Amino acid sequence: MEKPFAITLEVGSSLANKTGSWRVERPVYVDRLPPCNNACPAGENIQQWLYLAEDGSYEAAWRQIMRDNPLPAVMGRACFHPCQTACNRAAVDETVGINAIERFLGDRALQEGWSPDPPGPSTGKRVLVVGSGPGGLSAAYHLRLLGHAVVVFESSPLPGGMMRYGIPSYRLPRDVVASEIARIASMGVEIVCDRTVDDLAQAMEDGRFDAAFLAVGAQRGKHADIPAGDSARILDAVTLLHETEDSEPPVLGRRVVIYGGGDTAMDAARTARRLGAEDAVVVYRRTRERMPANVDEVQDAVDEGVRLKWLSTIVGQAGEVLTIERMELDDDGFPQPTGEIEELHADSVVLALGQEADLSLLGGTPEITVDGGVVPVGADMMTARPGVFAGGDIVEGSRTLTEAIGHGKRAARAIDAWLAGRRLDRPARHELATTEHLNTWYYADAPHSVRPHLEVARRTSTFDEVVGGLDETTALFEARRCMSCGNCFQCDNCFGVCPDNAVMKVEEAHGYRFDYDFCKGCGLCVQECPCGAIEMVPEEI
Amino acid sequence: MSVRFYQVGSFAVGNRLVNRSDRTVQSDAERANSLTSGHRACQGCGEALGARYALDAAMRATGGQMVAVNATGCLEVFSTPYPETSWQIAWFHSLFGNAPAVATGVAAALRVKGRSETRVIGQAGDGGTVDIGFGCLSGMFERNDDVLFICYDNEAYMNTGVQRSGATPPAARTATTEAVGPQPGNSFGQGKNMPELAMAHGIPYVATATVADLHDLEDKVTRAMELHGARYIHILVTCPLGWGSAPGDTVKVARLATQTGLFPVFEAEHGEVVRASPIRRPAPVEEYLRLQGRYAHLFDAAGNPARPDIIAALQAMADRNIARYGLLETEAVAP
Repeated sequence: MEKPFAITLEVGSSLANKTGSWRVERPVYVDRLPPCNNACPAGENIQQWLYLAEDGSYEAAWRQIMRDNPLPAVMGRACFHPCQTACNRAAVDETVGINAIERFLGDRALQEGWSPDPPGPSTGKRVLVVGSGPGGLSAAYHLRLLGHAVVVFESSPLPGGMMRYGIPSYRLPRDVVASEIARIASMGVEIVCDRTVDDLAQAMEDGRFDAAFLAVGAQRGKHADIPAGDSARILDAVTLLHETEDSEPPVLGRRVVIYGGGDTAMDAARTARRLGAEDAVVVYRRTRERMPANVDEVQDAVDEGVRLKWLSTIVGQAGEVLTIERMELDDDGFPQPTGEIEELHADSVVLALGQEADLSLLGGTPEITVDGGVVPVGADMMTARPGVFAGGDIVEGSRTLTEAIGHGKRAARAIDAWLAGRRLDRPARHELATTEHLNTWYYADAPHSVRPHLEVARRTSTFDEVVGGLDETTALFEARRCMSCGNCFQCDNCFGVCPDNAVMKVEEAHGYRFDYDFCKGCGLCVQECPCGAIEMVPEEI
Repeated sequence: MSVRFYQVGSFAVGNRLVNRSDRTVQSDAERANSLTSGHRACQGCGEALGARYALDAAMRATGGQMVAVNATGCLEVFSTPYPETSWQIAWFHSLFGNAPAVATGVAAALRVKGRSETRVIGQAGDGGTVDIGFGCLSGMFERNDDVLFICYDNEAYMNTGVQRSGATPPAARTATTEAVGPQPGNSFGQGKNMPELAMAHGIPYVATATVADLHDLEDKVTRAMELHGARYIHILVTCPLGWGSAPGDTVKVARLATQTGLFPVFEAEHGEVVRASPIRRPAPVEEYLRLQGRYAHLFDAAGNPARPDIIAALQAMADRNIARYGLLETEAVAP
């Protein structure tokens, strides 16, 4: 063959030169556990629904939430969002407003009338759920999706449990609660109100139930021993909130003292303000920093004129006069009395010292014990009696709505497995995605969008909802602040920064695949991956 | 929806939330891959990356109607060991020193043949540009020949074993400026600021870029291909071998060069700076120096500054750039 002057070899492509043999480490795509998902007591795949919301696929995003939580509009308001506390974006500017986006999606679903996925084929099994709070409803919803017949017994005249009788309506409007419960009922879940279960064993036998889930909640306020004269007006916060919702609100007077430092204390104080109390004082024995109440709730209360009196206990009461002793924190952070006494005038005292469960329904099932006010359960939420499961505030946990929803889901899956004689294996968790895995350079600068707040004057005179929702533009903006920690979001960085073209775009998995024939193992893709979805592993020798 | 906020904005290579036309050339699965796999550049080579970035953008801008003339140097050696080639474009190898003159000749030949729609790019490393090829390049500028000349600046003669060039920064250790004596590494001289020398010729377009800002680099190449006459783009490309940096840090090191102010990123037309890229996350020069073995003599074994005087002198250079190009102002202005 004729070749040009001085040329003896055919021209070839460098593709014949497999530079992959240089490599001692290889990059691999990984999925790490985002901190929001890790923190969510309901087990939502938050990052995934944010991803779907980012391009406006709101219905798909809502359906992703619904795989774990049947009450997005409720939780978008009432959840204390541990996801946001865990959010890695705090290291860049501010955390992503996940809760507000969940609310936007929940509200959008109610407006558009999106309905849940249809229940699976009937299993012929019947499950009793006792209590229609978040835990009970979550279990009922998930059991129904799995094809079981579900009946919920509720002792109150309306369903919702603490969503209706615990959380004040200015935080959680009742039409939202009602709509989301109606959606669950529309799937064929039978909710029977005004039906108190006195004897669980009997109720299960009568209704031919194959399994039961107990989620009766902690409905009874704890009391403290305050030496008091008989003119004292003392009531507990649970009763105050329940009566405000259900019947005539109690008469509290002008000056109200709330005793306790938790979220219920804040709810009671803010409710007292709305019922006309000019002076609502929260008395708490530790400091503001050590209050168990959510900081946002405390701030909202203070904004509405609630006064906080910390490092104080009530030691006595005579008529309208409370005796208050000042406390001091010792080295271990425990409050110790100082002997310093002062007086405080109060027309009524609201005790917000925690709640306990009424577990008298367990009379006929002696094998189910009660230990320290809670029912012991296994990881599958099953009690000592086979087929009886429990969750929510009556088992060990954080006693939040979100955790109850998580319990309901876990119990439903365990009940489903138990009914079928299967063992339920929980998949291993991925490694947590931390800020060290991220290359935050790539994320556009964007501060957090704040939800509008109702002005204080209207807040203290009505039960209108205080915190507003985000409009679509703001919700979309907020969703796009998500950094997708630990999971590929198709930014093409690895595809672009490889000096050896050793990353291919493919249809499957993450959308990319390494071409190990040519990858030299430089690690540039790992360094420049914004979200930490690639890691280097040693080559096998 | 009119939300103009896209998670990664224009920092990442691609972005599923924006239109395809607003994404980079590199994010396109059908990009030209001008320099394809199997080349023998070191792990994490910034020059291989920078060349593909620039030439793929030029290929898109010209619809594939272009030819590249390449001076001798790393880029030529690692891409074309006889008889293999990594180039998937029309590519022409010249001597070390005459690439600008050859590019001129190619452009003239195309014009004579009535094919002036085919565009010409000349390219070389910093040695072939600021030292050996400087006379030819200056002539090309002075005649305003219709060539885009790209310098991939890795700040020394890397292919032959890391010898100092006119673009080597002060205090950097090379094989010929060892880290010994009272003033270790390259001396603090006048330097040879090639972008400003190019501007002094008054040519239509001069720009600087780095492998750390892909959008900016592609925009500049695209802009250059819209213009005719002599154009010059100076791209800072990290050299893990010569700089003693980790191969995976190639983009990070280039980014720090810009964020410290040591390498100002700007555009100039007809000798006047028209735009400079503001610094987004300011960093002291120390952060940049620490990542590189060529500056290791400035730090002790514990990583503390061993020569604070030299680091301060380098910081002063960065500060001068920041002031000169207004790099810390929101919209950077002309000096």
